[in-house]
Amino acid sequence: MTPVGRPAAPPDQFSEPVPGAPLVSFKDIRVGFDSGDVLNGITFDVWPGETKILLGEGGSGKTLLMKLAAGLLRPDAGNVIVMGQDISDMPEKDLLNFRRHIGFVFQEGALFDSMTVADNVSFRLDEEKVDEAEIETRVREALRFVEMEPSMEKYPGELSGGMRRRVSIARALVDRPPLVFYDSPTAGLDPVTCQTIITLILRGRDSQGVTSLLATQRVQDAFGLANFRFDKTTGHIVRDSPNEARAARIPARESLGIEEQHLKESDARSSPVPPTNVLVLRGGKIYFEGAADELLHSSDEYLKAFLASAE
Amino acid sequence: MPEENETLQPVVSALAEGIKRQVQVVQDYAELSFQSLADVFTPPHYWADTLEQMDIIGVGSLPIIVLTGFFIGGVLVLQTASQFERFGETALTGDAVALALVRELGPAITALLVAGRNASGIASELGSMVVTEQVDAMRALGTDPIRKLMTPRVIATVLMLPLLTAVSDFVGLVGGFLVAYFTLRLGPVQFWTRAIHALDFGDLVQGLMKPFIFAFIISTVACFMGLRVKGGTQGVGRATTSAVVVSSVILLVVDTFITRILLWAFNK
Repeated sequence: MTPVGRPAAPPDQFSEPVPGAPLVSFKDIRVGFDSGDVLNGITFDVWPGETKILLGEGGSGKTLLMKLAAGLLRPDAGNVIVMGQDISDMPEKDLLNFRRHIGFVFQEGALFDSMTVADNVSFRLDEEKVDEAEIETRVREALRFVEMEPSMEKYPGELSGGMRRRVSIARALVDRPPLVFYDSPTAGLDPVTCQTIITLILRGRDSQGVTSLLATQRVQDAFGLANFRFDKTTGHIVRDSPNEARAARIPARESLGIEEQHLKESDARSSPVPPTNVLVLRGGKIYFEGAADELLHSSDEYLKAFLASAE
Repeated sequence: MPEENETLQPVVSALAEGIKRQVQVVQDYAELSFQSLADVFTPPHYWADTLEQMDIIGVGSLPIIVLTGFFIGGVLVLQTASQFERFGETALTGDAVALALVRELGPAITALLVAGRNASGIASELGSMVVTEQVDAMRALGTDPIRKLMTPRVIATVLMLPLLTAVSDFVGLVGGFLVAYFTLRLGPVQFWTRAIHALDFGDLVQGLMKPFIFAFIISTVACFMGLRVKGGTQGVGRATTSAVVVSSVILLVVDTFITRILLWAFNK
């Protein structure tokens, strides 16, 4: 499986983020199919350290935006700028190099079903010809992070949906990319597994400082990421805001998907928490953009109905 | 007249659109095939994957190639013997079997069997990877799926089909000899001497050159069909059928032209 002849990845234009610039920038994106425009004039930025959550009904173009951001699809019009480089019309060869600097978690995991869990996670490291001993260490570390180390010799077909999603997160994070795209990581999972996945994303964000763009249909995921954080010193998930009033307004803990035993109110932050913002897509356009709190307090009828549908 | 034009307009534009789509498909196929060939000459190379595919395509196809080759040789003797018996020239059976097998039946039938067995396998495997987003995942991890998935399959098929054809030719001759021995009482020396002397350099070139071209057609068509799957599991099924049908038809059409060119080249 190891490629021969590929030199170790050299430093390139994607190695360092551009200071003072967003990490991801969508500029007037338009994408249409035979049935009409799916995305029509989408413009927004994701700043270093930010977690941007794309909310929207099924078919609103969330997955499309994720694939555009990774250069897996090209827009009909507009520009996608990632790490200072316009990837909208970049040749595939350069895009392959670019994608070695990002992580992508697919909706169904998209694990290679003919490879073991360990081989799936080590895929990128094998391709980059990383030393065997280091691959072993890093794969174990990544699988320990998602609590899947005991299953490293299993095949994806032997795993449950939630386990596959966890392995997919390990595969995306194994190379410690600065930017990770999560495409509906909790779709189709039971509430308990959803909370495990969101907890992992929180840990990735707060312990590794990952910038992320996350698409989801579940409002609970958005509030979970906005209102909780991983405390590195205690190793627990803690509520991010001391504001009792705000805490009272946000959905119930169970529905947020955060394990009760790990939940601790904390007034003092042990580390700076990156901002989490929400973006709601509707009819191919951005319907709402702002903090989770603003979404919660919005008087807009559609947003109220959207939030209510999640309860 | 203007009314007639208005009636024809949608038909003409639909026809033009259909032709455009087909031309686009041919262009995409040509681009993909060229890319897979170009990848052979530049690193990285996936030799382990190529060896694995050689095992699946070459060793895996061996039993059916041996079985069919043997019986085709036998049937050829049965069919030609009755004709030669009318002229009292049963000794010519060896010539007929050797020429028919080496020049035409060996390469064509082996290629059709490999198309049936491996083109379907390649198309369904790659198609399943497309619909479960494994191909996109590979791209997202910075790996070129054409280089990683297609090129090893093309190299493996191109290397294995000529070898399988040689095996099929030999086993076919053995089958032909056994049937000739038991039904026509043709001695081994008589059969094998005639069979070997019937063949010249041009026949061997023809018989071993065709499999290289057929292998390229089978593997590239199969990969193309697999990598452009749309529409979930139903699409995978359609791609699998198309891979076998299209590659078989193309290779038989191409066979006619190659045969004409090679016969001309060797003054036959």
